[in-house]
Amino acid sequence: MRIRPIVMLASLYLIGTVPAVLAAETPTDPQIAHIAYTAGVIDVEAAKQALAKSKNKEVRDFAKNMVRDHKAVNAKALALAKKLKIKPEDNNTSKALTEAAKTERAKLGKLHGAAFDKAYIDNEVAYHKQVNNDLETVLIPSASNAELKSLLETGLKVFQGHEQHAEQVAAKLQ
Amino acid sequence: MVSRRYLLVAATLALVMSSGAQAETIQVTIKELAFAPADIHAKVGDTVKWVNMDAVAHSATTKGGWDVTIPPNKTASAVMKKAGEINYHCRFHPNMTGHITVTAP
Repeated sequence: MRIRPIVMLASLYLIGTVPAVLAAETPTDPQIAHIAYTAGVIDVEAAKQALAKSKNKEVRDFAKNMVRDHKAVNAKALALAKKLKIKPEDNNTSKALTEAAKTERAKLGKLHGAAFDKAYIDNEVAYHKQVNNDLETVLIPSASNAELKSLLETGLKVFQGHEQHAEQVAAKLQ
Repeated sequence: MVSRRYLLVAATLALVMSSGAQAETIQVTIKELAFAPADIHAKVGDTVKWVNMDAVAHSATTKGGWDVTIPPNKTASAVMKKAGEINYHCRFHPNMTGHITVTAP
């Protein structure tokens, strides 16, 4: 049986707790918009946690960039959704993303100092890698509106930059 | 004496023309996470001006040299002070890179 990409996407976020999340079809534009927006909100939340906990300048600078960039991209996404009259629609993938983020936040919440810094940055590398892969393989190819597709493509370039930036910070923390 | 005065005028003109009068501003547009053109040629004294058309902030950063931040929908510039091959990148998005060849004026 061929597993639909959206199912794979949902399952990747919920390591080991999948079955309930079996959505089904290729995501619709309102679902894609919600998934992309949620992914941005999650990274802003993670950055805020880092700003509250970390004293490392590199980590803090990175976190500030995440807040600024993801807010800017999400503002664009909201404006586009309004213009296109797309109502972002909650779905199993965005729910799975939020759940996984909650778990990660709780895990990071117990760490301090260098241990927190390393765990936060390592997760940022992994998270951006995952989201970028999903954008490339599922969300962008599935988007039917040209403007939405274009915004996702720009987002992908921004987030690929974040992935590289996170890798640089991770290397310095070693 | 006429010839001496002429010489003085000519020398002054030459000085004006060689210093600053010929300095140019070279524009690099930033759009969709890319510097365009990514590879430019400038002379010492020229200004490179980056025009950021993206919704996110970028920078033009060199290792151990100048570091220019360009806010979204704004411009920022740097004067090329010495000759050489300059590789620069965006500090926030290291996947963005550019190159400037700076030659003597």
